[in-house]
Amino acid sequence: MFRRLPDAEGAELSFAFDGRELAGRAGDTVAAALLAAGVAACRATPVSGAARGPYCLMGICFECLVVIDGTANRQACMVPLAEGMLVESQQGAPAAQGEDRAR
Amino acid sequence: MRGAPILETEIAVIGGGLVGAALAYGLARERCRVCVLDEGDVALRASRGNFALVWVQSKGLGMPEYARWTTASAALWPALAAALKEDTGIDVGLSQPGGFTLALSEAELQSRIEAMQRLHNQPAMPRYPYEILDHAETRRRLPAIGREVAGSIYCPLDGHVNSLRLFGALHRGMARRGAVYRANAAVDTIAPAAGGFAVKGGFGEVRAARLMLAAGLGNGRLAPRLGLEAYLVPNKGQIIVTEKVAPFLHHPLHTLRQTDEGGLMIGDSQEERGFDTSVATPVISVMAERAIRMFPLLARLNVVRSWAALRVMSQDGFPVYEQSKAFAGAFLATCHSGVTLAANHALTLAPALARGSLPAAASPFTSERFHVPQAA
Amino acid sequence: MRRIGTIDDFAERYALAVVGAGPAGLAAASTASALGVETVLLDENPSPGGQIYRAVTTAPVKRRERLGEEDRRGAELARELGVSASAYAPAATVWNVAPPLGEEGPGRGFEIGVSLGGRARLIGASEVILATGAQERPFPIPGWTLPGVMTAGAAQIALKCSGLIPDGRVVLAGTGPLLYLLASQLHAAGARIAALLDTTPRRNLAAALPALPAFLASAYLAKGLSLLARARRALDIVSGVTALCAGGESRLSRIVYERAGREARIDCDLLLLHQGVVPGVNLAGATGCALDWDDGQLAFRPRLDGWLMSSVPGVAVAGDGGGIAGAESAVFTGRLVAFGAAARLGRIDAARRDREAVELRGALARLARGRRFLDLLYRPARQFRVPADGATVVCRCEEVTAQKIRETAALGAPGPNQMKAFTRCGMGPCQGRLCGLTVTEMIAEARGVSPAEVGYYRLRPPVKPVTLAEIAAMPRTPEADRAVAR
Repeated sequence: MFRRLPDAEGAELSFAFDGRELAGRAGDTVAAALLAAGVAACRATPVSGAARGPYCLMGICFECLVVIDGTANRQACMVPLAEGMLVESQQGAPAAQGEDRAR
Repeated sequence: MRGAPILETEIAVIGGGLVGAALAYGLARERCRVCVLDEGDVALRASRGNFALVWVQSKGLGMPEYARWTTASAALWPALAAALKEDTGIDVGLSQPGGFTLALSEAELQSRIEAMQRLHNQPAMPRYPYEILDHAETRRRLPAIGREVAGSIYCPLDGHVNSLRLFGALHRGMARRGAVYRANAAVDTIAPAAGGFAVKGGFGEVRAARLMLAAGLGNGRLAPRLGLEAYLVPNKGQIIVTEKVAPFLHHPLHTLRQTDEGGLMIGDSQEERGFDTSVATPVISVMAERAIRMFPLLARLNVVRSWAALRVMSQDGFPVYEQSKAFAGAFLATCHSGVTLAANHALTLAPALARGSLPAAASPFTSERFHVPQAA
Repeated sequence: MRRIGTIDDFAERYALAVVGAGPAGLAAASTASALGVETVLLDENPSPGGQIYRAVTTAPVKRRERLGEEDRRGAELARELGVSASAYAPAATVWNVAPPLGEEGPGRGFEIGVSLGGRARLIGASEVILATGAQERPFPIPGWTLPGVMTAGAAQIALKCSGLIPDGRVVLAGTGPLLYLLASQLHAAGARIAALLDTTPRRNLAAALPALPAFLASAYLAKGLSLLARARRALDIVSGVTALCAGGESRLSRIVYERAGREARIDCDLLLLHQGVVPGVNLAGATGCALDWDDGQLAFRPRLDGWLMSSVPGVAVAGDGGGIAGAESAVFTGRLVAFGAAARLGRIDAARRDREAVELRGALARLARGRRFLDLLYRPARQFRVPADGATVVCRCEEVTAQKIRETAALGAPGPNQMKAFTRCGMGPCQGRLCGLTVTEMIAEARGVSPAEVGYYRLRPPVKPVTLAEIAAMPRTPEADRAVAR
C-alpha cells in the first residue's frame, strides 16, 4: 500500500505487531509504521467485528485504535513509534485493564 | 403553520419523552386514537439524562406508596419488554439480575443501611428482599471492585435496560399502533373547545377530546390552564460515558453500569442550578474518582462523552398523576424515573386513562398530598 | 519561544491561550506575544504546522521542496514562533474550554482542560483563540469503511511525516484542488497512480463562471493552472464520475464507478478519497459557540462577528475552523484576532488595532474573491454527501446505515440530536466528526427543509479522549462533592 521514499531519514526502529516483528523509522507514528509494513487492518469493531484500518491519519476518525504496550484504545496515528513497542490489533471491545500509568 | 388543517384526535399527549411515549404507546394499544406533540431537536428533554435503571431499592422514603408503585412497575417490566418486542421486533435489552449500591467507606455504608432500615420500617411499606453485604461478599459477587469498597446493599429486584432502544421501540410501537407523532410541535396554548380541547402552537392546531400533559418541566406552564398544578423544579444531573470495553459488569449499580453496547455509564449527580445544562468539570471529576475507587480497572478508560440533563422534580420528588377537577378530560403525569415507571405508564396508567380515569394504584399521587398538613 | 515539555511546566494562567498550531494559530501566537500579550500556544501534534504544514520543521528539506513553494511559508511561520516570547506546548491535547470554577459571565476568562503526557490539568486564560482548523468532508460511499480506503489528507500526512508514498494499485477519487495537489505531489515523489476519478459535477462550471474574472485576477490562477497541468501529466483523469463504490471482502480490492451512464471497474488496493474540507467545530461547539449552516460551503461553522469573535465573549476563531478560506487567509485571520485580543487586554489601543486591521482585511477580501470560483467549481455533488444506497455506513463508529437514518427520520426525528437518541449515530469516539454533516443533510432532505433549520449535534466536552483517571485528578469544589456523594 505504501513504500518508503529513498530520502527517508530517521533511525530504524523495530516493533512487534500481533507477534510479528516489524520495522519503522524514528518520526513515524505507529499508524504510519503499520502502513509502511503493509498492514491495512488494525482492528475489528466492537459493534459488528468488521475489519477497520487507519482512515484520516490526523486523529479524528478513531479507526486506527490499537493496543500499545498493554493499553487499549490508543489512536495509532497520534502515538510516536518507539523501539520495542508491542502493538496489537484490537479485536472488538477491549477488556478494561488495570491501574493508570502515565503514557 | 397558518392554514394547516386542524388535526382531530381522541387523545392528545403533550410531550414525546419517556413518559409521553410510554403513555402514548399504552393508549394506542388500547385502540385509542392518539396524537403526540413533541418539541424540537434541541429541547430540555429530561429523558436524555436517563440512566436506564429499572430500580427499586432505596425508593419510597417518605412515601411507601411510591415503593409499591415502583415494585409493581419493575414486576411488570418483562410484560412491557415482550409487548414491545412483539410490536416492533426490537429487543430493549431488559436485564433484571439485581443491583448494588456500593459504599466507599464504613460511614457511607452505615448511612445507607440506616436509610434502608428507615425505608422498610415505614407502615404499609411493601416487603421485598434486600441484603447488606460486607466487602468480602460484595467482592465475591462483583470481583472487580476495589479495596475501598466497604460494602454494598443488594436488591434482587433491580435491573436495567437499553434505554435508547426502549425509546426507539416506544416510538416505533406507537407508530405501528396508529399513533400520530409530531415533532417541532411546541404547544403555546390549550383552551377548552367544543368536544374537548384546542391545542395550538406554531405547528397549527390539534383538537382532542382528552389531553395528557407529559411535558416534563413544560408541565409547569401548561398545567394551570387546565386546572392542574405542577410545581416542578429542574434538578441537574451529569453523566459520563466511556469507550466500549468487553463486558465485565452485568449488574447495575446505583451510579454506574455497563451498557449492553459495552460503554460504562457513570452518574448520578444532583444539583439545583436552574436550567443550566452545561457540563461542569468538577462534578464529573468527583464522579470519575468515585467510579475508579469502586472499580480500579476503569482508570485508563477514555471518556467518550459527557452530558447534563434536568430531572423533573416535584415538590417531594415523587410522581404526580392527576385528573383535572375543572376539566374531566385533562390529565397530568410527571415523574423523574421514566424508565423504571415506563411499564406502569404503558400497561397500568394508559389502560385506565383509555377508559377515562386514573387507576386506583395511582391515587396516592395526586397533588392533594401537597395540601394536606404533614403529621408531626 | 518557551517550550512546555510536561504538564507541570505550564503557568497557572495566561492572558491568551491559542489552540492549534497551524498557520492561523502560529500567526496568532506570534503576533499576540509580539504585542506584549502573555501567550500559550497549545497543539496536539509533536511539531508545529497543523495539517497543511505538517512536519514542516522535521521533514527532510528535499522532501519539503517536492511539496512546493507553499511549504516555505509554513517554515517561516514556525520560525516566527520560535523567536517569539510565546509559550508553546506540543503534544498537548485540549479537551475543553469552559468558564472557571464557580464563575460565569463575560470577563471571567476561561479554564482550558489540557492533557499532556497522560496527565490532565486546567490552565487559566483571559482570552482564547480557537485555531483548530479543518478536516476532510465525510465521503460516505458504499465500502468506505474497508481497510485500504483512506483520505487524500492521510496520504499527504504519510508523505510529509514519514516519507511514504502509495504503492501498488492506487486510485484517487473526488473533487477539489487538494486532490490535484496530492496527485502532483505524489507524481513528483515517484508514485504511480492508476487513475483519478473526478466527481466534480459538470454543471458546476456554469455556476462558477460568474466568479471566474476574480479568480483569473488572483494568485490562485497561476497556482491552479500549473497544478492541473502537473496532475494531468501525472495520471489518467476520468471526469464526470457520478457514482462510486468500494468493494472487497475484509479489505479493499476493487472500485466500481459510473460515468456517463456506464459502469466501470478498477481493481485496486488503496483508494484515496477527497471532496473538500470543512471546519472542525467540535471544540468551538463544546465551548458553547453558536454554529451556523453555511450553504456556500455546505458545512457548519461558528457564528463570528467582524472581528472573528464567536458568540462566547472572549473566544475568537481564526483560520479554517471559522470557515474554509485556505492557509494564506488563515495567517491573516490569525493576526487579526491577535490584534483584537491585544486591544481587549489593553496592550494596544483600539486605534492601533483598527489601523492594523485595514491591511489585513484588504488581503482577506482579495483572497476571498479569488477563492469563490474554486468553491463553486468544486462544490461536491449531492449523491456523495447524501448516500442513496441504504447499506452505506453513515456513522462509522456505531455502524449506523443510511437506511436506518432514513427510517428514523421518517418516524419523525426532527434533528440530529433526536436521531442520535434513536440510533446511536454520533455517540462514538469521533463525536460526529465523520457523520454529522451527512446526518444533518439526510434529515434536511427527509423533512424538506434546509440544513440550517435542522441544526447539528450538540457538542460536549471532552472533545478529545481523556481518561477517567485524568478527569478524576482535576480540581473539585465542595459543591461538586455535595452534588455527587450525597
